[in-house]
Amino acid sequence: MEHLDITLDTAFFVAWFEDVARTVRLHRDRLIELDAAIGDADHGANLDRGLSEVRAALAGWPPTSPIQVLVSAGTTLIRRVGGASGPLYGSLFRSMGKALEPPVTLAGFAAAFDAGVVAVERLGKAAPGDKTMVDALVPAARALALAVRDGVAAPEAFALAGRAAEDGARATVPLQARKGRASYLGGRSVGHEDPGAASSALIVGSLATVASGLRQVPGDT
Amino acid sequence: MAVGIVLVAHSAGLAAEAVALVRGIAGADAPVAAAGGTADGGLGTSLDLIEKAVAAVDQGDGVVIVPDLGSSVLTALLVEDPGRVVVADVPFVEGAIAAAVTAGAGAALPAVLSAAEDAWRYRKFSDS
Repeated sequence: MEHLDITLDTAFFVAWFEDVARTVRLHRDRLIELDAAIGDADHGANLDRGLSEVRAALAGWPPTSPIQVLVSAGTTLIRRVGGASGPLYGSLFRSMGKALEPPVTLAGFAAAFDAGVVAVERLGKAAPGDKTMVDALVPAARALALAVRDGVAAPEAFALAGRAAEDGARATVPLQARKGRASYLGGRSVGHEDPGAASSALIVGSLATVASGLRQVPGDT
Repeated sequence: MAVGIVLVAHSAGLAAEAVALVRGIAGADAPVAAAGGTADGGLGTSLDLIEKAVAAVDQGDGVVIVPDLGSSVLTALLVEDPGRVVVADVPFVEGAIAAAVTAGAGAALPAVLSAAEDAWRYRKFSDS
């Protein structure tokens, strides 16, 4: 793990969304399978389509600030996803963008990310333990805040956040869903990882991938 | 002038037929519009269709949006404009009819919203 610090500039945020789009495409079928188990099997396809539109929008209109990247990506997801993850992820990124102050420090990033997670909790009326994307996003926000407190450099902070989000997503397996379509299943939602938490872990995980300059090998799942 | 009503459903067919039903009961002139499905005709929700429907029924007295569930609710909440465009947390068919009938009688936005919320209290056949 490199401990050199990185600049959280416009290019970093564009690279984040490019990596998120690439990673969600690689995991598209897994997200569809997770959603087929307890939802309506559209999460992987919806998010993949929305993120393709995000990439196209960012490429066609080069943004000049991290705030523009986040607000543009969020707006595109709200307009193009079509499922519940559109308004939820759209609110995450738009609220995060609106809370961001340039130049972006890790502390500023962590605070803005937390503002985005709070927006998701408010819109979805979901709390940790409801078996939703909140179960991956809240631990990630907490890991970022702790990393800032401990003076950890951005690449390692993002790696910690990624692991916290992954752990949070896996911890949704034994939970019974209390929000969304899966909640209609009652006890039958137990034993499956929440697809929204799984995609949230991918989104947070991309931060570390971009920060460490790593690129996933296509086909590697 | 009247409060506009927008019915948001996961399917274009459901939203359109709900509008037809509401017009049949509340009157053909009721300012009710449908925003059903995704922009490409699939099942889901389209912010663009919701915004177009809101613009179509907005006569200056406000708009009540009645969503079915899930992404319809979450997307509708994003276009809320307090005092002007509000989302009703109500049963889809019953709430839509109550809202449209009340709007057709010339009631203001808070009364239309309140009438829609009363739909929670109507039992279909059993005593409450």
